Amino acid sequence: MSPIFFYLSSWFDFNRINVLVILGLFFAFVFYFINQAKKGKSLFVRRISGLDAIEEAVGRATEMGKPILYISGIEDMDNLQTVASMIILGNVTEMVARYDVPLLVPICRPFVVPVAEEAVKQGYIKAGKPDAYDKNNIRYISDEQFAYTAGVNGIMLRERPAANLMFGSFFAESLIMAETGFSTGAIQVAGTANIHQLPFFVVACDYTIIGEELFATSAYLSKEPKLLGSLKGSDLAKFLIIIILILGALLETFGITKFSSWFFVR
Amino acid sequence: MRREVPIVICFLAGFFFISDFFIPEPHWTQIAHRVNQWAIIVIAFAYVLGVGNIVRVNSQVIKRKERDWGYKILLLSGLVLMIILGIGFGIKEGTTFNWIFMNAMYPMQATMFSLLAFYIASAAFRAFRIRTWEAALLGVTAVLVMIGRVPVGEFLWRPFPDFIEWIMNVPQLAAKRAIMIGAALGAISTGLKVLVGLERTYMGGE
Repeated sequence: MSPIFFYLSSWFDFNRINVLVILGLFFAFVFYFINQAKKGKSLFVRRISGLDAIEEAVGRATEMGKPILYISGIEDMDNLQTVASMIILGNVTEMVARYDVPLLVPICRPFVVPVAEEAVKQGYIKAGKPDAYDKNNIRYISDEQFAYTAGVNGIMLRERPAANLMFGSFFAESLIMAETGFSTGAIQVAGTANIHQLPFFVVACDYTIIGEELFATSAYLSKEPKLLGSLKGSDLAKFLIIIILILGALLETFGITKFSSWFFVR
Repeated sequence: MRREVPIVICFLAGFFFISDFFIPEPHWTQIAHRVNQWAIIVIAFAYVLGVGNIVRVNSQVIKRKERDWGYKILLLSGLVLMIILGIGFGIKEGTTFNWIFMNAMYPMQATMFSLLAFYIASAAFRAFRIRTWEAALLGVTAVLVMIGRVPVGEFLWRPFPDFIEWIMNVPQLAAKRAIMIGAALGAISTGLKVLVGLERTYMGGE
């Protein structure tokens, strides 16, 4: 081993060069499409009925004169699903503010409270109704999973929200909340990337946002070109992954293992 | 400045942790570990915000004597009592704090969790109602998997468990992995948008 390589290898793990290459490609795709969007190129995004249903849910709440309940999952801000949920909360608040519907946001983690407060406040400001923002509607319930579930179920049964929006990282509480919401007759839209909870949401909710759609929600709702560009970048990356999967399967079938082994993370 | 400074901090911190994945240099890893510990300490301080939120929201309900205000007194009393017991007498086994937690909080949580069994039954009843072609496929597959996972399945047809394993390991796992790959890419994309400041909704500050 040459001394230069030895020195470099202490500053860069060459076993992980595959991750760096893929990450670099992905970043390049995203930035390319963001640039295209900035130049004014129109980008098509397919219809996601679950996201269209949010507007329907807000409309229903307006007609019924009842609040909307937004649940952001039970994970902290270090989970990207919670980050995505806070971004969606901002977009939903903007919509809710336009219709003058109260928005209730029970929170499971204290660190999420200030972020949710900012997202909601921002939503009201963007809608031109800063005075309608009520800080008391963002409620910290409990860090304990089932204490939080009990608290949220209590809100569902007492306040009878017209719509329950559940976006974020959920675990065993998902079905308890969704079934309670179903029993109250609320229109329910849920989204998570936790695959074990998806079947529960599919069964108990009117619309379910599956996996990656959760992360696309912000771009879809805001229709901001820069965000739509990043969506296109992800799509191209997915297309590349499909090609790699097919190629890898074919090469493995013929006994060539070098290609697929390059993708292993050591 | 109120927006630029947090974006710069977010960018530097994010790329520092990405670099930690690629840089094996022990000092670098040590710094990353230390910064992670800081994050845990900062999160611990967030509990003060949580307690503040609970006190603010519930004390206003009590002050205005709104609906269920009596329960709010109970809630706040419980909060104060547990803080006094925890800080004053500790939380180890044998303390009053631990006794209350194990004999009140623990059974209540177990009760909530056990509700899941009933909810699964009611949800399954709705899911397995055969109304469409897809629902029929779901229902039939679910029944087959359930039979194949109990001894009677093997009794009916010897290779039944192997067939069920194939369902779980091939079509089921393929769909699951497709969702996972999509979600992972979505997560990376969201992370990137947050890091470079394209996504600022969560930050507020206007």
